[in-house]
Amino acid sequence: MNLTLKIWRQKGPQDKGQMVDYKVTDISEHMSFLEMMDVLNEQLINSGDEPVAFDHDCREGICGMCSMYINGEAHGPDRGVTTCQLHMRMFKDGDTITIEPFRAAAFPVIKDLVVDRMAFERIQQAGGYISINTSGNTQDGNAIPISKHAADEAMDAATCIGCGACVASCKNSSAMLFVGAKVSQYALLPQGQVEAADRVKNMVAQMDLEGFGNCTNTGACEIECPKGISLENIARMNREFLKANVKG
Amino acid sequence: MMALSAFFLMFFLLQHFAINILSVFSPNVFNEVSYFMGTNPLIQYVMQPVLLFGIVYHFVMGFILELKNRKAQTVKYAKNNGAANSTWVSRNMIYTGLFILLFMVFHFNDFWVPEIVDKFIEGNSQVGKDYHHHVVTMFENPVRIGVYVLAFVFLALHLLHGFNSAFQSVGANNKYTKGLKGFGKAYALLIPLGFIFIALFHHFNH
Repeated sequence: MNLTLKIWRQKGPQDKGQMVDYKVTDISEHMSFLEMMDVLNEQLINSGDEPVAFDHDCREGICGMCSMYINGEAHGPDRGVTTCQLHMRMFKDGDTITIEPFRAAAFPVIKDLVVDRMAFERIQQAGGYISINTSGNTQDGNAIPISKHAADEAMDAATCIGCGACVASCKNSSAMLFVGAKVSQYALLPQGQVEAADRVKNMVAQMDLEGFGNCTNTGACEIECPKGISLENIARMNREFLKANVKG
Repeated sequence: MMALSAFFLMFFLLQHFAINILSVFSPNVFNEVSYFMGTNPLIQYVMQPVLLFGIVYHFVMGFILELKNRKAQTVKYAKNNGAANSTWVSRNMIYTGLFILLFMVFHFNDFWVPEIVDKFIEGNSQVGKDYHHHVVTMFENPVRIGVYVLAFVFLALHLLHGFNSAFQSVGANNKYTKGLKGFGKAYALLIPLGFIFIALFHHFNH
């Protein structure tokens, strides 16, 4: 198929940036979206132009690196997939595809489609962990009774890959689905109880400090999340936050 | 806090509707209940200030929230397909809310200000006051009817998202959520429709 691509080009963090049009031809419908981008970049390199910078790593939907806003949606029009899992069969011959970086004040553009998502790392560092004694006397996790229901819900929350599609899709650039998932995966398990109150308070405080917006429950994040993280995690985080502040 | 003030306002709305619908069935009962609401010290000096605070708080916090959220996204997308993942009402709460605020200025001027002037400034006795007559007179004007109907449409749109959003914000997302969503939709449609019915009833029957 032959396509017209409208891509955000920005030389660096200080550059104003603009949309630039490109044509790509003979794109196979079996290609992934990133393979199509590879074809474009090869074309640009061969003609002496600067290739389009974009984030990618595993290319199998588990690392959370790819981060494009395609035709007005994070990770494109398909559901439950990352950009690297998006296939060109989702598009038609002659289509014009708009490709932009994830937009949020807390995700500044580094170059072209690459954004700085270190804000997520700092939120994780603020409380997204449990303290374990690793001196050799570590308790076997299987020895701690956990209900199937709690284990399943914790595992569902833990599937968040931290790609930032939730922030990109939210009209408020809120990170509450990400933080909700990270709070939930520990809040549901006995190992997470010791630091539960500090965790939620510190992670929410860091989230606010990073300049993310507030959740107004549009639900866009849940729809666009490639891992299907549920809004229930935001509700759980809100409960944990209330509980932590009431207890003091 | 937006959610808590929303709960309070939604409860107030239900109570407001319950009293107003009496005007359709019995002018006397409506007058008696209105007299009670207008003269009971607990309602006048405790609940009324709480209500005014709740209204102002909800609007002010709504605007602060909107400004903070706009600051969180400084560059807009060239192409954004919001309809693919969220409802129009959820994305436009600020605009439906703004229209309701403008309507409330109009509504206060119609009913609340004359009541306060009559009671506290002119010091008139409220005994035997014909509240029903005031309502009927107000709804004679077709332009006013138009404004009220439009305002209640905006109120319905605001509630269609706001009702369930308030529960989600206080962490209430559980096995009852599905049922609650149905109840929320019914509340969001029936209460404004009820208010529209009351306005139209008085317009066409008097």
